[in-house]
Amino acid sequence: MNQPEIDNVPSAVRLSPLGWLRKNLFNTWYNSLLTIGCFWIFYQILRNFLSWAFTNAKWAVVQANFRLFLVGRYPVSQSWRIWIVFGILAIMAGLSWAAIAHKLPSKLNRWLPWIWVIVFAIICWLIGGGSGLTPVSTNLWNGLLLTIFTTIISIGLSFPLGILLALGRQSTLPVVRWFSILYIEIIRGLPLIGILFMAQVMLPLVLPSEIRLDRVLRAIAGLVLFSAAYMAENVRGGLQAVPRGQVEAARSLGFNTLLILLFIVLPQALRAVIPAIVGQFIGLFKDTSLLSLFALVELTGISRSILAQPQFLGRYAEVYLFVGLIYWVFCYSMSLASRGLEKELDVGKT
Amino acid sequence: MSNNQQPNNPKLNLWRDVRFWRFAGQFLAVLIAAIVVAILWGNLNRNLQQLGIQPGFGFLNSQAAFDIGETLISYAPSDTYSRALLVGLVNSLRVMVVGIILTTIVGITAGIARLSDNWLVRKLALVYVEIFRNTPLLLQLLFWYFAVFLTLPKVENPISVLGFIRLSQNGLELPGIQFSPEFSTLLIGITLYTGAFIAEIVRGGIQSVSRGQWEAAASLGLKPGLAMRLVIFPQALRVIIPPLTSQYLNLAKNSSLAVAIGYPDIYLVASTTFNQTGRAVEVMLLIMTIYLTISLIISLVMNLFNKSVQLKER
Repeated sequence: MNQPEIDNVPSAVRLSPLGWLRKNLFNTWYNSLLTIGCFWIFYQILRNFLSWAFTNAKWAVVQANFRLFLVGRYPVSQSWRIWIVFGILAIMAGLSWAAIAHKLPSKLNRWLPWIWVIVFAIICWLIGGGSGLTPVSTNLWNGLLLTIFTTIISIGLSFPLGILLALGRQSTLPVVRWFSILYIEIIRGLPLIGILFMAQVMLPLVLPSEIRLDRVLRAIAGLVLFSAAYMAENVRGGLQAVPRGQVEAARSLGFNTLLILLFIVLPQALRAVIPAIVGQFIGLFKDTSLLSLFALVELTGISRSILAQPQFLGRYAEVYLFVGLIYWVFCYSMSLASRGLEKELDVGKT
Repeated sequence: MSNNQQPNNPKLNLWRDVRFWRFAGQFLAVLIAAIVVAILWGNLNRNLQQLGIQPGFGFLNSQAAFDIGETLISYAPSDTYSRALLVGLVNSLRVMVVGIILTTIVGITAGIARLSDNWLVRKLALVYVEIFRNTPLLLQLLFWYFAVFLTLPKVENPISVLGFIRLSQNGLELPGIQFSPEFSTLLIGITLYTGAFIAEIVRGGIQSVSRGQWEAAASLGLKPGLAMRLVIFPQALRVIIPPLTSQYLNLAKNSSLAVAIGYPDIYLVASTTFNQTGRAVEVMLLIMTIYLTISLIISLVMNLFNKSVQLKER
């Protein structure tokens, strides 16, 4: 990853602005042409965009609907619950980061997964209500709230499933191995939209008619089925990175297979795939936009309903640019975090 | 699992024999899978009966009765569902093939630009990659379609780029060929989106070639352009092709997002078929078969290509 850049300048060399220009932009005749050409294109795009953004664009559509973008039709009187949830999530994200980077006391470290499970239950309770809080039905969870919720729950649920599939794929039992391979390869060969279609249409058909899953749950089921196959491939990469000697050493100490797996192989394997899992999280965050095609009102879906408001008809560019900015800020900051994590863990070369 | 050295000991208890456990484990796995499938199958049959649907592919021969906006092969609403699906498949293949070619060009260009010694080119490529990689493709498609193509001028006074590309509400027009706005949107969308990922793959591949290769090429008197073409890039290809294959697969799968902008690809035609006939199982099986076949073909072709560029040792 960290190969030396081809045009590395020794840090001692300090160039004057003019010298810098000559070195980096006009060192040869074709580079000069390229610079001028690129600058012209860049200038044209920027000028047109800015003149549009400050004259023709009507950003009122964003101002008026800011709340809808973030939490959708979640009741205003209950929005304090959402703020608590975001606070908890921020704290937990920070804690997990510190844990992964080994900056926490090991005792806390060990309990972190369980803390996550408890926190998750609390979050579900806070958002959904019930037992003391006003219940809020899932069709009112919209906008960015639904996007984040479905992403986190899907990654969380696909994680154990993915580990099982990855172990199954490595298993020496042929039947288990072939089941896993079949599942992983079929899911990875299908577009997500097909799997969501399956979850929306097929799931009600194969379940007994007494069980009726709501739209959000079916979508999450589809995302989990989809994500698990990719998670399995990521985890498999980690499993293959654990040297054989580790297993043999553990065996010679008298560990049985299950203990070896739990205490020797998986901790090392999962540590190696954390950056890949963050990458998958980013992918899934973007992929939840497909839920809008199945009448779910997450961030992309809510922008469609906002665009249907009569006073904002045709304001596509403003709405889509704003929504795109939200997605971009989340994805880009996560990818920065993942890069930092990679350095911290020094596992970039898995 | 390695201590099955004493298989011939007759006094060995059954539960101490690893072969027994291996058999039992697999048997259990099959049993559980069979039970789950049987339960789901039973539910499916019961639910289908309630809906009054007889499973089977016979419906493919009945009249489709819906129109398709864009067809490469002749089609009329009076044709059968299978013809409609074929039209959709051809439309899908068209966008996939053209998309893969274009995205390769865009991706390699941007990837090399990321390593250019020209500061402006490098930064512009970086901005392109970071913008397109970090926003959802669906949103990009909606943006291109609703915010760009539908706000273009009418066909009478198109915007002309470089003199021969004409853009208007009727789509993209090259000399001799006319692309509909839906096709153009989908093509631009998946090309730029996948291209951003390919750029990063190409950049990583080129950086993985050791610096000595550049120096050796230079000492042989090759100019940087030639060194890249003859020495560096062929070696980088070995690193590039496996992840490139998965990007091609993604592009093929992502072309199904055509449904969001109304380009009649196989998924859109199949889901229209489902809406009209209610045949979920059959339509789902069709979608699965078609996409798995396409994925398989892309993998096979790329594996062949991969073999031809790998190092041949001895």
